[in-house]
Amino acid sequence: MTRVLLIAEHDGAELNLSTAKSMSCASQIGETDVAVFSNGADSLATSAATLAGAARVLHASRPENAKPLAAVLAPQIAKLAADYTHVLAPSTTFGKDVLPRVAALLGAPQVSDIMSVESERSYKRPIYAGNVIVQVSVPDNCTVCGTVRIASFKAAATDGNAEITAVSPDADLPAHTRYIDLQAQVSERPDLQSAMRVVSGGRGVGSAENFEIIYGLADKLSAAVGASRAAVDAGYVPNDMQIGQTGKIIAPDLYIAVGISGAIQHVTGIKDAGTIVAINKDAEAPIFALADFGLVGDLFSIVPDLEKKLG
Amino acid sequence: MKILVCVKRVIDYNVRVQINRQGDGVITDGVKMSVNPFDEIAVEEALQIRDRGDADEIVAVSIGTSASQQQLRTALAMGADRAILVESDDEIQPLAAARVFHKLVEKEQPGLVFLGKQAIDDDSNQTGQMLAALWQRPQATSASSFELNGETARVTREVDAGLEIIDIDLPAVVTVDLRLNEPRFVKMPDIMKAKRKPLETIALSELGIDAPPALETKNYEPPPQRQAGIMVETVDELIAALRDRGVL
Ligand SMILES: Cc1cc2nc3c(=O)[nH]c(=O)nc-3n(C[C@H](O)[C@H](O)[C@H](O)COP(=O)(O)OP(=O)(O)OC[C@H]3O[C@@H](n4cnc5c(N)ncnc54)[C@H](O)[C@@H]3O)c2cc1C
Repeated sequence: MTRVLLIAEHDGAELNLSTAKSMSCASQIGETDVAVFSNGADSLATSAATLAGAARVLHASRPENAKPLAAVLAPQIAKLAADYTHVLAPSTTFGKDVLPRVAALLGAPQVSDIMSVESERSYKRPIYAGNVIVQVSVPDNCTVCGTVRIASFKAAATDGNAEITAVSPDADLPAHTRYIDLQAQVSERPDLQSAMRVVSGGRGVGSAENFEIIYGLADKLSAAVGASRAAVDAGYVPNDMQIGQTGKIIAPDLYIAVGISGAIQHVTGIKDAGTIVAINKDAEAPIFALADFGLVGDLFSIVPDLEKKLG
Repeated sequence: MKILVCVKRVIDYNVRVQINRQGDGVITDGVKMSVNPFDEIAVEEALQIRDRGDADEIVAVSIGTSASQQQLRTALAMGADRAILVESDDEIQPLAAARVFHKLVEKEQPGLVFLGKQAIDDDSNQTGQMLAALWQRPQATSASSFELNGETARVTREVDAGLEIIDIDLPAVVTVDLRLNEPRFVKMPDIMKAKRKPLETIALSELGIDAPPALETKNYEPPPQRQAGIMVETVDELIAALRDRGVL
């Protein structure tokens, strides 16, 4: 029988939306239990229990689980996996870090970035920065390990009421890896990965100070702010705003790319957006080939004008 | 201390990848091949550690056909001391690669193994983590800063929420992100010098590795194409178009 174990992602206080999105993928495969690893924080297990489609919640609470260290979580997950045919995690930096470590312990290959479920053991996934989509099948003699491309799935509803079981998988936990700190940007703006609207700036914006006009437009639209790699590399904005092959993959209803040329590595992060708007002074910029609406001109006059006229 | 750096031969990141006619692979004939960009950064980091006097030997390793010698020569030209190619004509998936690297690690006993966080062909982002699991050693993935302090290292990792800092005991596996460093340019004399550096070739079959279960890949297709859009002339037109679509 197919049984899926989904590893919940959270920040110690709240579940990350990636968990609910991955839940939608997991439910398409089979009966799903959600595993929450934390130090106390019972409310995390309680909110996991509301995810529509969750059969059970397994809550592994111990001090070592306070922070998401792959080397500490992987042996516990591998232990729990014995009762499951599938182990899934979101394809966020959390899931990318921990799940391959689990797969190797289980002697199983991993399917990264599942975009769609074709059958119980067969999935579509992107390769070459999303320029090619392939179908991969997992052989029958091993656990299916997969990370879920969260931009491809809608969040599961939260009207469920799964039973919560405390578990303590018996595994030797290493002390060779120690969590020190998280330097997170505190922002009042919507979260990039779940925002309905995103305004992004690229190298064309020119400086950290100039990014204020991007923030201004974003705030007018209640949008999150993203960036190209060039803008992050140049130090205009922090790394967690990078969108693309090696940054975040997002799917907002509206994406406005400002001063971004549209390199394939960037574009792969926004292909699932509802409507794409490009503002660029170069009429030949590749971003226009993909934008629903393109406006050629100087961003320094267009963006403030747009903000003003949005009233 | 010895540092092992894993280097993969991939289609150059500037190439527009084409699917072959049968739809069971991508076209590589006559296509520019390069060192995976993340692996170049891995090589650079290892070299910088050696240049500071904290490592004495950098060994570049690759798995692939004999053509991968080219990429190992690039690593040698950058400054690696020697190279090992584990030769195989078969597709090597991350778990198989991790088992090969684990074998090499047992033989070479490095203090650190650096790899790119992902290879830009299959974009798997798995091999380093899998190696760390098999070796039962720490992993620090997506590193954007690395600081060696004797028997431990402090690593800053690029994570979705910002920057995470962890301490790891050596030996350890580190996978690198793009902002860790700027790889050096290779100069002509270095390329000449690299030709004389040792490059050992081992057949994969000689390593005695159990072939792990492998994914079967089929149906190579282009991604769904977005409809070409329209150009608007003014900000007012743009606002009207967006209102029309119901996204404002
Ligand atoms: C392995 C690898 C991984 C990568 N991963 C990513 C990734 O995840 N995300 C990512 O974004 N990139 C990634 N890149 C980098 C990518 O290839 C591009 O270099 C990058 O996206 C370019 O950013 P940009 O569009 O901001 O800059 P540019 O390409 O320099 O474009 C700037 C644009 O701004 C326009 N402009 C300038 N001034 C103005 C003005 N006043 N008004 C209007 N327009 C103006 C210009 O016409 C130009 O089109 C990766 C590259 C590699 C090799």
